Amino acid sequence: MNDKIYKVILFIAALIMPIVCGGVVYALVTDAYEAFEYFGFFNFLTSSEWNYTEGAEQYGALPFITGTLMTTLLALIFCIPFSLPVALFVGEYFKGTRVAAVLSTITDLLAGIPSIIYGLWGFYTLRPLIMALNISAQGSGILTASLVLAIMIIPYAASLSAEFIKMVPNDLKEGAYSLGATRAEVIRKVVFPVAGSGIFSSYILAIGRALGETMTVTMLIGNTNNIPDSITSTGNSMASIIANQFGEADGLRLSSLIAIGLILFLITALINMIGKIMIKRARIV
Amino acid sequence: MKKIFSSIMTLTVALAMTACGGNSNDGGRKAQELSGAGATFPLPFYNVVFENFSQVNGDVVAYGGIGSGGGVRNLRDKIVDFAGSDAFLSDKEMTEMNPVIHIPTCMGAVVLAYNLDGVSELKLSGEVIADIFAGNIKMWNDERLVALNPDVTLPAEAIIPVFRSDGSGTTFVFTDYLTKVSPMWASNYGAGKSVNFPSGQAAKGNPGVAGVIKQTKNSIGYVGSEYAFAQKIPYARIQNARSEFVLPSSASISAAASGEIPADTRCSITNADAAGAYPISTFTWMIIYKEQNYSDRSKEQAMATLELLKYILSDEAQNISSEVHYAPLPAKAKELSMTNLKTVTFDGVAILQ
Repeated sequence: MNDKIYKVILFIAALIMPIVCGGVVYALVTDAYEAFEYFGFFNFLTSSEWNYTEGAEQYGALPFITGTLMTTLLALIFCIPFSLPVALFVGEYFKGTRVAAVLSTITDLLAGIPSIIYGLWGFYTLRPLIMALNISAQGSGILTASLVLAIMIIPYAASLSAEFIKMVPNDLKEGAYSLGATRAEVIRKVVFPVAGSGIFSSYILAIGRALGETMTVTMLIGNTNNIPDSITSTGNSMASIIANQFGEADGLRLSSLIAIGLILFLITALINMIGKIMIKRARIV
Repeated sequence: MKKIFSSIMTLTVALAMTACGGNSNDGGRKAQELSGAGATFPLPFYNVVFENFSQVNGDVVAYGGIGSGGGVRNLRDKIVDFAGSDAFLSDKEMTEMNPVIHIPTCMGAVVLAYNLDGVSELKLSGEVIADIFAGNIKMWNDERLVALNPDVTLPAEAIIPVFRSDGSGTTFVFTDYLTKVSPMWASNYGAGKSVNFPSGQAAKGNPGVAGVIKQTKNSIGYVGSEYAFAQKIPYARIQNARSEFVLPSSASISAAASGEIPADTRCSITNADAAGAYPISTFTWMIIYKEQNYSDRSKEQAMATLELLKYILSDEAQNISSEVHYAPLPAKAKELSMTNLKTVTFDGVAILQ
C-alpha cells in the first residue's frame, strides 16, 4: 500500500515537468503563429528587416539569430583557454590539494554572481578599456558582450570538466605511467579520451547558459537591429531584442518577439540534443 | 499574459501604497487609490505632484513609469485610471478605443546631449542633427558642423549617435521634430515611438541613454532634459524656426507653446515658429476615458481622478513644473483642459458642474 502511494506521488511529480514544458511550447507556438503566418516561417528566419513603420511593418529574426550565435561562439572560444587549464589544475595536477580546493571554490563563486553585476562590470570597466585600447570607438558590441559572457560561463565549463577528469580511473593512468608515458602524454592519450565526452557535455551546458543570457548582453551589445559585419560592431541577440522591446510591443511586433523566443527555445533544444548524441557516440568509442 | 503581468504590477503598487493612505478628503467621500501608468519623461514632475496631491486631498496615486506605449495599452485594457503619454493618440488609435480626452500636464524638452573632450558649447541645426542620426555626417569635424561652430575646435573623431532601444515618447518627439525639419529624414525614417536608426548604438530608457553618453567619448544622443541635467552632461543649442540658437529652459519651452492649440489639445509643438522657442519641446498628457464607468470603477474613484487632473492644472502644481526643469502650461491649454474635463461623464451624467 505504502509503496503504491509512493509510486503515485513519484509519477505525478515526474509528470509535472513534461506538462510545464509542453505548456511553454504551446503558449509560444500559439502566440508566435500570427507572425509566422504573416511573414512565412522560412522568410521570418532569413529576413534581416526589422521595421516598425506602421503600415510597412516587416520583422525578421536573422540579425538576432546571427547576434546570438556570434556572441555564444566567441564566448566559447574565449572560455576554453581558461576553463580547460583550471579543470586540469583542479582535477589532475593538484588533485586533492588545498590550492586546488581554493581555486575551485573561487571558480564556483563566479557562477553565483548575478548577471547584472557582470553587466555593470562590463559597462564601467571593460567597455572603457576597449575604447582606451582603440579596439572599438564605441565600446559596446559583439566582442565586449562575448568577453563578459566568456567569464560568466567559465565556472560551468571548468568545474564540471574537473569532475569528469577526476573520475578517470587511476588504473588506466598508472598503466600508462608504467609504460613510460610522461604526464603530458597521460593527459593527452588517457585523460582526454576517457573524460572527453564528459568535458564535451560540460561545454554544452556552458553554451546553453551563454545562449539565453539576457541582462549582460543587453547592457553591452549596443542594441542595433542589424547583422553585425565584424566582431567589434554592434548588434542585438535574440534574448536582448525581447528584453528591449516587449514592454511596448503589441500585435504583429509582439507576435514576432514571441516567435524569436520560440526560435531561441528551439536552438537551445537542438544544441542540447547534439550534445547528447555526441556524448553517446563518445561512449561507444 | 502581459496584460495579466501589468495588472498584477499595478495592483501590487496600488496595494503597497494603500498602507500609507487612508485619511478622507474635505469633500466627505472616502479616500481613493488611483493608479496610472505610462511615460517616464514627466516622472520627476509627477512624483512631486502626486505626493502633494495626496497630502492635500487624501487620495493616493500610484504611477508606473513603463513607457508611453505601455501606458496607453494599459488604458485600452481598462486596468488603470489614467495613462501618461508624451505622444498624443493618432486619429486611428482614437477610433480603436472608447472616446478619451487628453489633458496636458506640463511641457518639457528633449535635449541633444554630447560627450566631447574640451567642448562645452555646441550649436546644431535640425538638418545637421538629422544627417548625424542618419549616418550622413560621420565626423565631428565635418564642414557643416564647423560652419555652425566657428569658435569651437571640433576633433577629427567619428560621431557615435546614441538612441533608444525601447519604444519611447521621447523618440517620438525627437523624430517628429526631425521629420518637420528634414525632408530626407521624413522620407527615409519618419516619426514614431520606435524608429530604425541606421547607425550608432542604443540603450534602454532615458537613464540608459544618458549613461552611455556619459561613458562614451565622441557620442551624442537625445534624452529628456532632466536626465541630462541630473547627470551633468552638456547639451547643445538648437537652431529654431526663426534661426535663433536656443538652449532648453522653462522660458524657451513655454515660448514654443505660444501658437494655436486645438480644442482637444492634441498638437505637436516641435519646430514652433516663435521667437526664443526651443524647437524640440513637447506637451506631455494624461489620457482618460470620457465615460468613467468602466471595469467596476466607483463614482468616487471617477471623482478622485478628475480632482487629480484639476489639481495638476492648478497654479500650485504648475509652479512645481519649473522647479523640476519642466515648463508650466500656457493659460490657453489650461482653459481648454478645464472645458474638456467638464465633458467627462459617469453613467452619462457629467461629473463636474
